[in-house]
Amino acid sequence: MKIIDFFRETKEGLVISFQSIRANKMRSALTMLGIIIGIVSVTLMGTAIQGLSQAFNDNMEKIGTNVLYIQKFKWFSDEDWWKIRNRKDLTMEHFKIIERQATLVKEITPMTFNRISMKNGSRTVENIIVIGANEKYGEVLNAYTETGRFFTQPESDGGRPVVVLGSEIAENLFPNEYPIDKNVKIGTSTFRVIGVLEKKGSFLGQNLDDRVVIPINSFFGKFGTPRFGIQIYAKVLETKYMDDAKEEIRGILRKARNVKPDEEDDFGINQQEQVIETFNQIGGVVGGIGLFITALSLFVGAIGVMNIMFVSVTERTKEIGIRKAIGAKRSTILFQFLVEAATLSLFGGIIGVIISYPLSLIIDQVLPTSMPIPVVILALFISIMVGVVSGFLPANRASKLDPVEALRYE
Amino acid sequence: MNVINIKNISKTYIMGEEEVRALRDVSIHINRGEYVAIMGPSGSGKSTLMNMIGCLDTPTSGLYEFNGVNVSEMDDNDLAKIRNKEIGFVFQTFNLLPRSTALQNVELPLVYAGVSAAERKERAIQSLTHVKLADRMSHKPNELSGGQRQRVAIARALVTKPSIILADEPTGNLDSKTGVEIMALFEELHQQGNTIILVTHEEDIAAHAHRIIRVRDGEVEKDEKIK
Repeated sequence: MKIIDFFRETKEGLVISFQSIRANKMRSALTMLGIIIGIVSVTLMGTAIQGLSQAFNDNMEKIGTNVLYIQKFKWFSDEDWWKIRNRKDLTMEHFKIIERQATLVKEITPMTFNRISMKNGSRTVENIIVIGANEKYGEVLNAYTETGRFFTQPESDGGRPVVVLGSEIAENLFPNEYPIDKNVKIGTSTFRVIGVLEKKGSFLGQNLDDRVVIPINSFFGKFGTPRFGIQIYAKVLETKYMDDAKEEIRGILRKARNVKPDEEDDFGINQQEQVIETFNQIGGVVGGIGLFITALSLFVGAIGVMNIMFVSVTERTKEIGIRKAIGAKRSTILFQFLVEAATLSLFGGIIGVIISYPLSLIIDQVLPTSMPIPVVILALFISIMVGVVSGFLPANRASKLDPVEALRYE
Repeated sequence: MNVINIKNISKTYIMGEEEVRALRDVSIHINRGEYVAIMGPSGSGKSTLMNMIGCLDTPTSGLYEFNGVNVSEMDDNDLAKIRNKEIGFVFQTFNLLPRSTALQNVELPLVYAGVSAAERKERAIQSLTHVKLADRMSHKPNELSGGQRQRVAIARALVTKPSIILADEPTGNLDSKTGVEIMALFEELHQQGNTIILVTHEEDIAAHAHRIIRVRDGEVEKDEKIK
């Protein structure tokens, strides 16, 4: 019975609100404009935020999420600098111990780098990131060769003078040539090009294609041991073993580095999750602030709806009196005006969504996103709620009108 | 049997600092099928009495029984139900909804009564036929003459088959010829067994009724059968 009443009253309320909106076209349109602007800004902001986080996650995927970065320091650490500055470097010894003992690791590579200039004849590129690693580097970081090949284990162990170029370096040094088997100079040493990596694009402002990889033993041989030691990149068997693998390596390293049981780790095992978490935290705050600011415009729209509903109630005092005299209950009148306010702002919401959809396609040019369906549904739901909330005070006033007074109103 | 049983009701308004006693100790009994006129000059309290009878307002003190049910202490919702089902209002200014057609106006009380759409339409058409306006049912009030509007209002009052029809100066906004037609319609409704209460200040309109209750200064001055 109650549900039937609800549908009947909603239907009646809809009929009455359509009549009223049609009777006051200009006024209704201007009121809706406030909601339209609000919904457009909120949905576009929602789309942009979603796009930003999508872009970030896509890039994270490019590098691979199941890699542990074993380094001297922990990322986003809040440890005091003076406590950790005397830590011992990570060395090839540590790498070998982990490589030998870790069971949950699929591939592992040591990693060190320096910025050095490169030359092919008269062509020079300055300040290239030259990475020293072993033959597993490509598999660990999902960096595969487009042409040619990666260096092999014998080449790596033997410190052969071979190099794999990032795609951008290959373009710069060999604009019109096939680079494979050509010689290039890294600093003053000559290396033979054996492969070119696939294009990866940039990530967090860092270009992933302007680097070259050489065997780590060649790196040590030609450029010496870097001052801060090496890093170790380990790809875990499966993502679900990330935590176990981390613990395993932690145990191995603590033993190798003689860390006493009551002492904290003197190294850091990092993973992208930390970056993702930090990003999501920052992104959440920035997105929240953005949404709040855009929601203000929706709030202004809601005030417009409330204002016009007050006007409407006053104008229709007589009508309310008539309805009450012939048997409309308080709740019926309240509901009628709530439905009217909700209809008005739902229309605004629908028009807002229709307008913001093509605009979201412009965002799509920059960020990998389209307007998410939940945002659309949420926007429509919000516009109904805006109508109900801002319509409540006027509707409540209407429902409480004294029928005798209201009938006398001219 | 009494449809309306009013015992010693009073109504006091606070107007600013002043207390206005609109009704003082009024008692009225009206039987089913009666045709009663309530008369009085303006300020006599007849409008207050009409609002009381029409359950638009409740008395400050005293007892009002409608069909044997005490309505003097009912809340807004129950009063709305009584108005909806038991009372058919006819107003001086017609009080039709301007944006709705004659048919929709007549259907409205049934909407609030929760009657299904099909039955609503059928009963509204019946009611409009009753007042000889079936051919005008899709017209809006501003497309109808004064007399036609009042007949739509009467059709709306009749559609719920109420216990009483309460008419407040029903000819006040009509020319005398149309007024006569409307009064003839009331006479006809009375012949068909409806209870009619007419509120007016005009002697010749009141003369159509079978009993006249005269109100002055918030009290019943005279209550007489004239037919």
